[in-house]
Amino acid sequence: MGPEPSSDRVAELETVAREVRREVIRMTYVAGSGHPGGSLSVTDLVTALLFEEMHLDPAHPESPDRDRLVLSKGHAAPALYAALALRGYLPREELLSLRKLGSRLQGHADRNKLPFVEASTGCLGQGIGMAVGMALDARLAGRSNRIYAVLGDGECQAGPTWEALMAGGHYRLANLVVLLDRNGLETDGSTESIMGIEPIADKFRAFRYRTVEVDGHDFRQILGALADARRWTEGPTAIVARTVKGKGVSFMEGQHSWHGRPPNEAEAKRALSELGAPAEVPPR
Amino acid sequence: MSLPGRPESLRDAYGKALLELGERDPKLVVLDADLSGSTRTVLFGQKFPDRFFNVGVMEPTMMSIASGLALGGRTVFASTFAVFAAGQAYNFVRQSICYNHANVKIVATHGGLLVGGDGATHQMVEDIGLMRGLPGMTVIVPADAPTTRAAVFAVAEREGPAYVRLTRENLPVVTDGSFAIGRASELRAGSDLTIVAVGALVARALEVAEELARVGVSVRVLDLASVKPFDEAAVLRAARETGAILVLEEHSVLTGVGALVAAATSENHPVPVRRVGVPDVFGESGEPWALLDRYGMSKERIRDEAWELLKARGKVQ
Repeated sequence: MGPEPSSDRVAELETVAREVRREVIRMTYVAGSGHPGGSLSVTDLVTALLFEEMHLDPAHPESPDRDRLVLSKGHAAPALYAALALRGYLPREELLSLRKLGSRLQGHADRNKLPFVEASTGCLGQGIGMAVGMALDARLAGRSNRIYAVLGDGECQAGPTWEALMAGGHYRLANLVVLLDRNGLETDGSTESIMGIEPIADKFRAFRYRTVEVDGHDFRQILGALADARRWTEGPTAIVARTVKGKGVSFMEGQHSWHGRPPNEAEAKRALSELGAPAEVPPR
Repeated sequence: MSLPGRPESLRDAYGKALLELGERDPKLVVLDADLSGSTRTVLFGQKFPDRFFNVGVMEPTMMSIASGLALGGRTVFASTFAVFAAGQAYNFVRQSICYNHANVKIVATHGGLLVGGDGATHQMVEDIGLMRGLPGMTVIVPADAPTTRAAVFAVAEREGPAYVRLTRENLPVVTDGSFAIGRASELRAGSDLTIVAVGALVARALEVAEELARVGVSVRVLDLASVKPFDEAAVLRAARETGAILVLEEHSVLTGVGALVAAATSENHPVPVRRVGVPDVFGESGEPWALLDRYGMSKERIRDEAWELLKARGKVQ
């Protein structure tokens, strides 16, 4: 394991993640649609990347040396937007424009509308391939920046996901880290009841990834795995992050029905209250 | 040039053009999906092995990888057969390349029925329609090797996604290679009728025009290699000046160049338009050129369609 982050730093990251989760609730409530479940499960991964792991400078979002984050599970865009706003890439007030006509905050992120959205994703199984291309590009150019691809577990049922993973392993892309948000649920139910992907860590290993499993809501474990990935120079790393869909909101946790439906007013208030925020929702 | 010349390979022209581009642009990258010998990207791969990625049989992901490479500021060429590039990989071309505005040039070989013996599974006759429908996509269908060479250079220079459709068979040289994106080439002047053609059927258009000239009919021939953006002014001028248009394409008539020409004329200057191409059916195995005849693109059929249009205009009895 890598160097342990300090307790203070972990507490700071937890605070940020809680703030991201509150924004996810507010955004999807106001939008009246969206994907809260998978946004809440991936929040800690995205927070760890944007606030600790990645080399970024919001003042220079197009610097060639920046690290890249590709949200291959593009439907978790609310978590990405919220984290980007807190990190200084866009005004926080803008978050509530999610999914509105004319907004820069598309239902699935559009790189041509927002700074530091590295890849426009949405249809699954494509972001991971773009991340592989970015990693090849960085290596060809002799840059030392790193590429982080966040995958969903439903996405692991898609053949092209494995095409891209195969390419990352074949080309020994040590600058590529794949993080799997293993929340166990997809739109219609559990991945294992619909089309099982286990043993998923073994599958990554078979595709030539140094693979570790972590609690995807434990910053020490997430950051430790990311630090280890930096030291692994033989090829790519896969981090299987065991997460809870809807994490942080009791009535959403472990419920696949929250994959693609927003909270109503009462639900949003209750969720915000559970997340330590005032039980107040912005006007719709 | 009024009559077709010696047959030459479009694919060879592509492979050689890539070599030159690779010299000129040290950041240019080429991808292929296990068909590099057939597409001729192997030439680039031999000369620039560090910038060549043969990703194997994963055409959808080849498009995503190409996009990721392009977003780093590179010009990227990706090649495979048309059925895989436009068909197998469609949504990856759509999202990873077009929606991302990635600077990827898809050069698809083996378009159309002229694939021959491989049969319907590999005879892609829907690609022009699929690719033309994508926002931001440039679509080029060269008729010969000189246009192929010019088109490859042209799409490399133009920022943004492009789809270039090549034919497996060698095709007679019909142009001087003075291709430009967005411009139709008038290969033969004429006033009684215009034949608009793309790809392999441009040569047949010229042959039919020559035959009709012998009976006193003056046929204009436009090579519409730049399908998107297309030269609407040239098409409308043809409508105004010749009064009728016959469109030839080795592609489904439902969604191809004929549909494009019919729409452009009916909205702006309605004239009779007839479409010669692949009807709404799958192809089959066969000798390449015999397939064109069998599926409604014979010279006789073209002549008959031209005659119908000329009769309707009172130009012939």
